[in-house]
Amino acid sequence: MSNPAQPYNLVLRVAAKMLIPLIMMFALYVQFHGETGPGGGFQAGVIFAAAFILYALVFGMGAARAVAPDRPLRVLAAFGVLLYAGVGLASMLAGGNFLEYGVLAAEHLTGQHLGIFLIELGVGITVTAVMIIIFFAFAERGVRP
Amino acid sequence: MILLGFLTVTVLAVIRLRDLFAVVMLFGIYSFLAAALFVTLDAVDVAFTEATVGAGIASFLMLGTLALTVRREKARPTRALLPLLVVSSVGATLVYGTLDMPHFSDPLAPVHLTVAPHYLEAAAQETGVANVVTAVLASYRGYDTLGEVIVIFTAGLGVLALLGYRKNRKKP
Repeated sequence: MSNPAQPYNLVLRVAAKMLIPLIMMFALYVQFHGETGPGGGFQAGVIFAAAFILYALVFGMGAARAVAPDRPLRVLAAFGVLLYAGVGLASMLAGGNFLEYGVLAAEHLTGQHLGIFLIELGVGITVTAVMIIIFFAFAERGVRP
Repeated sequence: MILLGFLTVTVLAVIRLRDLFAVVMLFGIYSFLAAALFVTLDAVDVAFTEATVGAGIASFLMLGTLALTVRREKARPTRALLPLLVVSSVGATLVYGTLDMPHFSDPLAPVHLTVAPHYLEAAAQETGVANVVTAVLASYRGYDTLGEVIVIFTAGLGVLALLGYRKNRKKP
């Protein structure tokens, strides 16, 4: 499925090139606008991963692998979880409870904003990386060399 | 009601069809219908998740699985009276159980009498976040969300352990 029969399908390529930046922009909007509108890290991560999956479907696994190699993906998947847990530990170090964001800054509300922003970022990073990893693992199995 | 009708039709089609490719497409339609249902219940965040994860990524992953396995479902035995009986009785019991539940959007339901009013009234002042769903997920229930992220991370690890090391094994 990741290896199109026609590697130079012009319409698909042009359409994908136009769509992928828009999908990524929308993912970032969902990520950073989740505090006021619907959405958040989970949805943004999935949408961001969808951009990579579309790229892999249209341009082939080789090109997608060049954009998103294995090792950075794995590091990012772990980094998101660590960022989330790290925010929790940081609030403990600052004298509060685990994941009590209010103590992260001088003002309670600023700390809440900072904490929520950081953990949503962690969620987004982990979800993006894991979704791409899972898709690549399935797709590379399907390609018979 | 109309959406629920569409959901039922989709499920019946899924049961009837043997072509798994069409079944995956129908699952995508099912997820979109469920998302539309959530929107009518004013649960936009849940609808958003259902549309992206259920209709988007899950369909991709099921197609990937189909590429690894076979596309046609194996023929099943046509007579299945006992399973039908079991499923029907369990379903009837569950429906009977819902009769005792508070009516939808009942303001006196127990779930609306404990912490929910506090969240709705104080979330904007306490967290500075306008979207109450985000406030609950990220701040009040941050510990649960951490668990969910770890679940996703573990899922990625599991897939990598099962499928991801093919290249390394080929090169001794």
